[in-house]
Amino acid sequence: MAQSAVTVRGMGKQFFRAAVQRRHDTLRDLITESLSAPFRRAAKLLRGQATGAAELDERFWALKDVSFDVQRGEVLGIIGRNGAGKSTLLKILARITDPTEGYADIRGRLGSLLEVGTAFHQELTGRENTFLNGAILGMSKDEVAAKFDEIVEFSGVSKFIDTPVKHYSSGMTVRLAFAVAAHLEPEVLIIDEVLAVGDAPFQRRCLGKMKEVTREGRTVLFVSHNMSAVSQLCDRAILLVDGKVRTDGETDAVVDEYLSAVAQHSIGVDGDVREFPRNDTHDPQITRVTLNGEPLTDHCLVGLFDPMSLRMELDLNSPQRDCIASFHFDNQQGETVCCLHSGWTHGAVDLNSPGRHVFECTIDKLPLVPGNYHLTLGVASRGRYFDAMERVAHIEVRGADVFDTGDIPRQQRGAGYFLVPARWNTSR
Amino acid sequence: MTHSITRIERSDGWVGLRLRELFEFRGLLYFLTWRDIKVRYKQTVLGALWAILQPVLTMVVFTLFFGRLARMPSDGVPYHLFSLTALVPWTFFANGMTAASNSLVGSANIIKKIYFPRLALPMSAVLGGIVDFVLAFIVLIGMLLAGGVVPTINIIWLPLFVLLAFVTALGVSLWLSALNVQFRDVRYVVPFIIQLWMFSSPIVYPASLIEDPVLRVVYAFNPMVGVIEGFRWSLLGTETAPTMMTAVSVLVALAMLFGGAFYFRRMEKTFADVV
Repeated sequence: MAQSAVTVRGMGKQFFRAAVQRRHDTLRDLITESLSAPFRRAAKLLRGQATGAAELDERFWALKDVSFDVQRGEVLGIIGRNGAGKSTLLKILARITDPTEGYADIRGRLGSLLEVGTAFHQELTGRENTFLNGAILGMSKDEVAAKFDEIVEFSGVSKFIDTPVKHYSSGMTVRLAFAVAAHLEPEVLIIDEVLAVGDAPFQRRCLGKMKEVTREGRTVLFVSHNMSAVSQLCDRAILLVDGKVRTDGETDAVVDEYLSAVAQHSIGVDGDVREFPRNDTHDPQITRVTLNGEPLTDHCLVGLFDPMSLRMELDLNSPQRDCIASFHFDNQQGETVCCLHSGWTHGAVDLNSPGRHVFECTIDKLPLVPGNYHLTLGVASRGRYFDAMERVAHIEVRGADVFDTGDIPRQQRGAGYFLVPARWNTSR
Repeated sequence: MTHSITRIERSDGWVGLRLRELFEFRGLLYFLTWRDIKVRYKQTVLGALWAILQPVLTMVVFTLFFGRLARMPSDGVPYHLFSLTALVPWTFFANGMTAASNSLVGSANIIKKIYFPRLALPMSAVLGGIVDFVLAFIVLIGMLLAGGVVPTINIIWLPLFVLLAFVTALGVSLWLSALNVQFRDVRYVVPFIIQLWMFSSPIVYPASLIEDPVLRVVYAFNPMVGVIEGFRWSLLGTETAPTMMTAVSVLVALAMLFGGAFYFRRMEKTFADVV
């Protein structure tokens, strides 16, 4: 029997919620925290909010009892909702963080593409960064030198290889970073959502490179929200739900299950949100949400500068006066970057009868900088929300070459939040 | 075909130093050091001149106030040479310690995304000061010769004292950089430590002020005493016989280094979760 390239047994990772939510930036915080925590916990017990010691300790398992094998040359897709533990699993396998229990054996050299390019230094040239990045990924100087031409060729930035990276466009940086990592030639390769960057031809080239990698008998673990990429690339997939392996099997079956599991967990088929968890004070009255005429799902795609229409259907318990509806877009840092508020643009309306009502909001050209956003929505009467859902879905704004420059804008520091069409004149 | 197996599991408490792995990543150490050197003076007007200005300007101030006004004894050597000989290794130590203490926090984004031996970060930060040190050292030798002081034959021992300064800086930084991940207080503590440490070291005054031989040995628990007295002994030919004091300094420095390395390795696994 062939030896498996990756063996994972009983893997678990526990986080202390305090460690996640409250960071002690100074010793003073830690001291006040340590002094106040016992009282806070006791108060919680008295209020009946916690029933056991485990809840008091505010721990949770990001991963629990995860076991699987990956054969040599196999491409394994790892899928699941946000927070299901995919990233934690990858971070453990990439040895960035320790598991709390269980173990994994990895046979051969391991390379990981977790957000490539983070190690680039802005002041150094492309050439220098290639060597530096190679070294961080575990390549020797000779190894990088031997593959240097190939790397530069693949990245397509050869003209600027001796220019400091700070003058690169974001696309160029990512292409060069991916090129370095892709030439690492590890026996086991971990890839996390790299295909979300770069333009379409470059994405095709990345997919091609990954297929080539697997033809050479190397093993790939691939995490993505992009189900079509998973179906195309992976022989097998595992579905993580709440930190546990729900299903392990043939890709198509697992992808199907993921899509229905996602629906079960939050948004029902056909965009039904009645079962989606709410804040206690809210009675579910928003029944269905659609995006561009399609039922809302856990992860939706919209194109930059494409039209977008969001629609929520209500089933009111009682008439409501002075109503507004709102859709909020929060970025990955948790900032609300855009709020579509019917009151501001349209004024409040009276919903004079119980039963069905619809709010629809249409944008001609969506100007949000490409990237991932959380959608939060709600309806309010006289300034009080009577139903709202936080982070009901992920909206991915897919970049496109909207300005016809060959460069695709993306979310990054300093890019701002919106893309505003503008005319430029250069003169002297 | 057989492959090496990497076992990933929880490591509890104190763990080995895994120096072999650090050796396998020596290319990384080289590139990180090289990066630090290369980037250090980008976008500065004076560039590498800073490496010389820092100790030299400090020397000028010290000579004015401690040498001229306070008439501090200087083992029979002109005061400016006496203090510069101490300031050159001291600057290497202090800058290395400052850079290394912040090395982990400053590289948080890499730590969270890529695995490599974290020890490489503080190590390369201290090593990055070597070029500055060499530049300042050349100036020091130039000034000694201009002042009519010809370094003694004991200069052959000098590299060992540089190594001692390196070991001390790294030893302290391993503690501080690991603590800094958890407690950002360290950032504010470091300049303060450096200031106190500077006056606990024989920079503005000679170690020979301390006459009691027992007290001298106690004094040498500060490893920078061994470094600075060693520099003076090998370059200026001062009287201080470095034997006993050096031995104590070396032992203390090694103890700090190993203690720091084990503490660092113990905390290392939490860096990515906390930083």
